[in-house]
Amino acid sequence: MSVLVNKDTRVVVSGITGNTGAFHTRQCLEYGTNIVAGVTPGKGGQIFDEKVPVFNTIAESVSKEGANACVIYVPPPFAADSIMEAIDAQVPLIICITEGIPVKDMAIVKSRLMQKGCKSRLIGPNCPGIITPGECKIGIMPGYIHKPGTVGVVSRSGTLTYEAVWQLTCLGYGQSTVIGIGGDPINGTSHLDAVKMFNDDPQTEAIVMIGEIGGNGEQIAAEWLKENCKKPTAAFIAGRTAPKGRRMGHAGAIVSGKSGGAEDKINALKSAGIAVAETPSVIGETLLKHWGKI
Amino acid sequence: MNIHEYQAKELFKEFGVAIPAGCVAKSANEFDAAVASLGGDVIVVKSQIHAGGRGKGVFADGFQGGVKLVKRDEAPSIAAKMLGNTLITKQTGPAGKTVGAILFTEANDIQKEYYLSILMDRASGKVAIVASLAGGMDIEKVAEETPDQILTMLIDPDIGLQSFQVRKLGFFLGFGAKELMKQWTSIIKGLYRLFWEKDCSMVEVNPLILTVSGKIMALDAKVSFDDNALFRHPEIEALRDLHEEDPKETEAGKYGLNYIALDGNIACMVNGAGLAMSTMDIIKFFGGNPANFLDVGGGANEEAITQAFNILLKDKNVKGILVNIFGGIMRCDVIAAGVIAAVKNVGLTLPLVVRLEGTNVEKGRQMLADSGIKLTTADSLADAAEKIVKIVAAENK
Repeated sequence: MSVLVNKDTRVVVSGITGNTGAFHTRQCLEYGTNIVAGVTPGKGGQIFDEKVPVFNTIAESVSKEGANACVIYVPPPFAADSIMEAIDAQVPLIICITEGIPVKDMAIVKSRLMQKGCKSRLIGPNCPGIITPGECKIGIMPGYIHKPGTVGVVSRSGTLTYEAVWQLTCLGYGQSTVIGIGGDPINGTSHLDAVKMFNDDPQTEAIVMIGEIGGNGEQIAAEWLKENCKKPTAAFIAGRTAPKGRRMGHAGAIVSGKSGGAEDKINALKSAGIAVAETPSVIGETLLKHWGKI
Repeated sequence: MNIHEYQAKELFKEFGVAIPAGCVAKSANEFDAAVASLGGDVIVVKSQIHAGGRGKGVFADGFQGGVKLVKRDEAPSIAAKMLGNTLITKQTGPAGKTVGAILFTEANDIQKEYYLSILMDRASGKVAIVASLAGGMDIEKVAEETPDQILTMLIDPDIGLQSFQVRKLGFFLGFGAKELMKQWTSIIKGLYRLFWEKDCSMVEVNPLILTVSGKIMALDAKVSFDDNALFRHPEIEALRDLHEEDPKETEAGKYGLNYIALDGNIACMVNGAGLAMSTMDIIKFFGGNPANFLDVGGGANEEAITQAFNILLKDKNVKGILVNIFGGIMRCDVIAAGVIAAVKNVGLTLPLVVRLEGTNVEKGRQMLADSGIKLTTADSLADAAEKIVKIVAAENK
């Protein structure tokens, strides 16, 4: 068991013939991900790398190849449209890697996702993707730093997630699934959604939650964990030294007024019984201590 | 991206939002004509900078107040004291900001002040309109102390602002009378349309006023835009005032680097925003002070790394540099080549600590070791931060 993706996941890549899409498709194929189709409007009928059939629409990839997960590498001005297309094709899982989508476009996407009868879950945008180590890698994360195991990891960041995963792997603890929910202010899957899934997943024995300044998604997840989850959880919050009112790289990483500050988040997590790592270099160690493994 | 008050008010006008009559001047010889274009015995003289707290601000030469209510014949001489001067407010930091333009407006007799803002509510993914009966005050303080003075309304982005919502907000603010409701409707609908059509991240009016003669208008205007959407608004991009931005940040943007200047002395160069923030945090944890946030992104090449070093070194406070790269897609040998080339090109003499991890790390480390350049390598993020903090502290003794 794992969360959301496994060896049976059938992936379609939207933007497969672009530079980024092509590069990461090859990386994912090499990792063993079951990529069944690609989509680039106007290039339908081509075969990518003599392996993957390319279609004009996402709907075709679903009807002809049975795609049930769609990863999007389309450039920012067109990415929201691609997400809408995947929602329309009723793809159950949509992962949008693209960084820099206008917030307004995401607000419209979000209202579609919230609509009654919507069959899709969105991960991202502006995220590294999702990986169930040894089975399925969808996104831009380096595969080799992961190893199959029992720790569920959810994060708003890319390389900071690699840092945490690498620490776990080096300490001998693998991951059930690692979910990058992305650094944008409006996204498809929240920390709360991810920890609920980890709580329900029998393979996941412990959870690492990585957050940063901006918003209050970490606090909401912490409150839920306190009431509903017995699995040991460790966390790290980036941005203690970030100045107020500045956007720290990620569009969503901004302390506005009194909300979204690192200390508030850390206090909320601690009071929910979550072990908070003091520095980013002890995330793995903090989990293992809290878990009683060291 | 932020714009000046006078630019925001021009947008307000375009969208049918009532504002006091005003005229902007960017040089002293325009002052007389600007004042002459306005009516009334009293004129408001407003310094234009991208920061709040202007009224209570102090100029570098000791002149008090960046916003002044003066007799019309005094307006040009007061404006002359502000233009080109450096205004320091609680939001500018001690360096202050140079005033490059003056907005003159007619003065109005105020009956009551309100607060109004429109922004994206990240939790719901909807547009929020925040209206308060306590105008001219810090909205966060009002929210904390007298929350009943505030009404927040969420607007579904799919269908936009509805008339019943306009009425509900209007009645809350006391604009129930027919004539007032008519004015309120055109103001809030205009502001919402501006927010939506121009991809704003925030539109704030503090205060919105009701004049003694019964007119509702925006006395102040603050508008900021979603950087991600500027590609489809060249007319907004044209409003950018580069004097308001740190030249190092502007320069970094040209090379796809994300740089934010801070006030410490340890520069850092990292790939990824979350890891970059964490690197600042861990420098602080070990007792140092980060000089900047710098995310070189996932695709940085040798040239970008060289430019990044150039930008870091423009900050004269910098006493040491920490490079922290977790090579995923970005290979460590590429980074190492970039660091070596940059150090040689730039002629770096400051202490440098490099921590590499990830793809091709052995090759990268070997290249650094063989290069003959003076640097300290580190095995982990903690090790790297501790080393640079110690080195910088020792050199500054």
